[in-house]
Amino acid sequence: MLESILNQVSRWAIPALFFIFLFLGSIRRVPVYEAFIQGASEGFQTAVRIIPYLVAMFVAIKVFRASGAMGLLAQILAPVLELLGAPAEVLPLALMRPLSGSSALGIATELIKTYGPDSLIGRLASVMQGSTDTTFFVLTIYFGSAGIKRYRHAIFLGLLADLTGLLTSLFICNRLFG
Amino acid sequence: MLNLIWLFLLLGGIVVAAFNGKIELVTETLFSGADEGVKVCLDLIGLMSLWLGMLEVAKQAGLIRLLARLLRPLTVLLFPEVPSHHPALGAIIMNISANILGLGNAATPFGLKAMEELQKLNPRPDTASDAMCTFLATNTSCVTLIPATIIGVRVAAGSHNPTEIVGPTIFATGFSMVFVLAVDYFWRTFLRPKYRRYRKC
Repeated sequence: MLESILNQVSRWAIPALFFIFLFLGSIRRVPVYEAFIQGASEGFQTAVRIIPYLVAMFVAIKVFRASGAMGLLAQILAPVLELLGAPAEVLPLALMRPLSGSSALGIATELIKTYGPDSLIGRLASVMQGSTDTTFFVLTIYFGSAGIKRYRHAIFLGLLADLTGLLTSLFICNRLFG
Repeated sequence: MLNLIWLFLLLGGIVVAAFNGKIELVTETLFSGADEGVKVCLDLIGLMSLWLGMLEVAKQAGLIRLLARLLRPLTVLLFPEVPSHHPALGAIIMNISANILGLGNAATPFGLKAMEELQKLNPRPDTASDAMCTFLATNTSCVTLIPATIIGVRVAAGSHNPTEIVGPTIFATGFSMVFVLAVDYFWRTFLRPKYRRYRKC
């Protein structure tokens, strides 16, 4: 039931959004085509402006992961996580999540396939993947595109959000599925 | 801070690779990482153009102003230094809505637009303003109603109940959003009152 509702929402969200925007625009006599072109013409510049930031980030993350440094860090931190009642298997996911969305999704998919989607690890990986964000990706491209060099407390807030999301996921999964 | 993290990732990676005898992997991943960074940007060009185009249509139709007015009680609390008719609010609202609905590829264009607009209000262009930090916090902690990607992965893996994680995800994201925004509010209001003088800018 819930599944089919969510599926329908996912299917309809974007077409419905476009329909509402265009329909309301035409009622309000907006020259929709001209307005679209006017807005879209900024797209290229904004996307190109973030290239150096993305390259810097991707290079560092890929080297850190491919070299085995990520695995080493996970081994070192595993005892800490087990104190909190989490299986050590999900640690690489927790470490990768703030850095790279696609790598984290890869790890989550691996965990779900290996341990089964209905195991505690599989469920935990699913909730963690949905509950935290790629903080560094967002941070570098958002601030990079605006030309901000001093991030102030934004890094702290972003990582706090990831940590809170992680701990809450652990708590709720242990409660519901543990 | 980011300097240190970047340095740690790269130096740590190179040293560990050297110990593991996989030093040629470093060369390989350096190049493929650079390549991937550019590819993500190229993918973003089309999406940026599409969503910024639609944003402009919605703005001219008055839809954004309506949404901004409806959500004013909330935004005045979170972004006190942003004037009520500023275009930054529209982009922020669209970004948060996209995040809540799990439309990741729409969230980034709106987010970049919001940053650009917030930068126009920033009295010190090289330093993040309070509003920017709050906006970043809303972004990384945002409530997710439909974690569509991970549901897809669970379906593919043959789960008996692929959507059972929706409730826990809403709970976890809801809690972290409220908590982080509360920390940010506390920080702004009590710990760093000297930033108040920028509110009028």
